[in-house]
Amino acid sequence: MSILDFEKPIAALENKIRELREIAGGANEVDLDEEIGRLEAKHERLLVETYSKLSPWQKTMVARHPGRPHFSDIAATLFTEFEPLAGDRRYGEDLAIQGGPARFDGRPVMIMGHEKGKDTDSRVKHNFGMARPEGYRKAVRLMEMAERFDMPVLTFVDTSGAYPGIGAEERGQAEAIARATEACLNLHVPMIATIVGEGGSGGAMALAAANTVMMYEHAIYSVISPEGCASILWRTGEKAQDAASALKITAQDLEKLKVIDAIVPEPVGGAHRDPDTALDTLGERLRASLGQLSEQPRDALRPARWDKFLAMGRLDQQ
Amino acid sequence: MSWLTSYVKPKLERAFSQKETPDNLWHKCQGCGELIYMKDYLAALRVCGNCNHHGRMGPKERFDALFDGSTYETLECPKVVEDPLKFRDQKRYTDRLRDARSKTGDADAGHVAVGRLGGIETVAFVENFFFMGGSMGLAVGEAFVAAADAAIARRAPLVAFVAAGGARMQEGILSLMQLPRTTVAVERMKDAGLPYIVVLTDPTTGGVTASFAMLGDVHLAEPGALIGFAGPRVIKETIRETLPDGFQRAEYLKDHGMVDKVVARGEMRATLSRLIALMTHDGAAQADLARTRAAEAETAAAAGPADETPAAEDEPRKARKAKAEKPRKTERADKTERSDRADKTDRADQAGQGDRPAAQKAGAARPAEAEPGRSDGAGDRDDPPISRAAE
Ligand SMILES: [Zn+2]
Repeated sequence: MSILDFEKPIAALENKIRELREIAGGANEVDLDEEIGRLEAKHERLLVETYSKLSPWQKTMVARHPGRPHFSDIAATLFTEFEPLAGDRRYGEDLAIQGGPARFDGRPVMIMGHEKGKDTDSRVKHNFGMARPEGYRKAVRLMEMAERFDMPVLTFVDTSGAYPGIGAEERGQAEAIARATEACLNLHVPMIATIVGEGGSGGAMALAAANTVMMYEHAIYSVISPEGCASILWRTGEKAQDAASALKITAQDLEKLKVIDAIVPEPVGGAHRDPDTALDTLGERLRASLGQLSEQPRDALRPARWDKFLAMGRLDQQ
Repeated sequence: MSWLTSYVKPKLERAFSQKETPDNLWHKCQGCGELIYMKDYLAALRVCGNCNHHGRMGPKERFDALFDGSTYETLECPKVVEDPLKFRDQKRYTDRLRDARSKTGDADAGHVAVGRLGGIETVAFVENFFFMGGSMGLAVGEAFVAAADAAIARRAPLVAFVAAGGARMQEGILSLMQLPRTTVAVERMKDAGLPYIVVLTDPTTGGVTASFAMLGDVHLAEPGALIGFAGPRVIKETIRETLPDGFQRAEYLKDHGMVDKVVARGEMRATLSRLIALMTHDGAAQADLARTRAAEAETAAAAGPADETPAAEDEPRKARKAKAEKPRKTERADKTERSDRADKTDRADQAGQGDRPAAQKAGAARPAEAEPGRSDGAGDRDDPPISRAAE
């Protein structure tokens, strides 16, 4: 598992505990239980302390941690019978966004999300979760299908942003993103979006204009990456930490700004330390949220979604 | 002079300071470097007669060049939360706002006006690049939503002149939220069955492009305008390759199917009014609305107490302040006359030739209007530029 800078003291303790266990398990007749117990308690304290006061920049690092749950994990763990569908029927298939019908507690739903990949090969295959127009057009296609077959739409956002490339621009990246946002907004079926790791700008927004927007506790969601913002406004990428704070990108800040509806708690030490628990919690929250939305009359969900976004940041909403 | 101008003029002077009008006697073309007599340059709507370079244009000039007789009413844009994140980089956001305001004389980059285009009442939205690069934050998003609402209330088409260097980063996630917010506004236009035309001007990049700017029924673009989602610099840094010639320029977007037509500025007004007349069936919906209102007014008058119909002299003030959330049922009945389809064209011509300021009459040849049968593509970039002969 890759270790983040600020996690080094935690990792050092973990190593020490592991060593002691090895010694204790060896031939030596030394009783190290007490020492191990002491270190474990210290480790737990340090973990809780560190993770209870992560800076926005530290959260950025956590949100990008490769060990966090990915779309493929979510699809495999929380859903059954996931049938990934491919292609936008116009140009090609984009593996940066995956999606298709699946069952959630037995109920047919449409799921889709960005997939960053887990190792070098799969990262390249999924283009690091940076979608091209085809990915967004596939998402639109799936949303239209969900609408026709009365399937709630559940999206999972994890991208540093849409891919900035020549082909992507030529094939209408901006239009593709706008159409995906439009498709979200026009659904009559319930839609829930979860920001799983990184919610990077328009490329994230395109899958997140939902009735309920949830965010993992240490995920980030921003109009521009802290590095990008720093290089423009501070004229040096080195001020990314300052930009991360100024931009208000954490789940906690965004809940205060009423841009997201709920925070999904992560296990102590972050979702990358215990993905199974993180996924369990996400499943519970999705279940509760989908239950609530399903009770609403079908005609109410589209206007409610519109009103929700229109209300954001308005003076009378403060 | 129409009833509109009588109260619009003083308002305009407050809405736009003199800062849009440059003091310099000469303008150096950014395209070819040639020195152009400023008066000629302005008369040609900031288009270089030598190289057809289209210079950036502020909202007042844009509205003046757009509406019949340069007559229109500016709508007050809704107030928004100022500096919602208490943002500070090397400078405070509030200081940046203050500087931009003193430079432009405007509250923010979004502007909305209502006037007639070829006789059909039309709402126009303009993003002012000179105000913090036209970047979209709460104020610009809210102005666009207000523009769509105003159009719906009037059964009017909406024309959006887009110009933005990107998102208003200082408003963080709230600037990103303008993508769905403005998209909702476009969807409302669609639900109402009203035309929405986008004019992409230089530059249009970033979040704006990925929302209302790419959702028009028709996309026009000014020659040479930079249009794209990711900026060229970002793309270059990512792929480490040289970009193709003309990449992300208006003509390139047209070749790739994202823009319907590249229209020289001098022909923009004629092109828009032709499209709008076609798309609205010559303003049929407005005529219906006017008839309904007239009928309602008659019923109300017949019903008795006049206090339900506001006094005529209150109307201008009321209209000016309109934020137009809902169709106002108590519009002046005399709009019937102005929306009447039969005499619309005549009025438009009168307005065009009578009320048009000298600068525009001289600068804009409006050839397409003179030749309605002109074939498609005539407005493309290779067209001869507007005459420089102002006098
Ligand atoms: Zn020139």
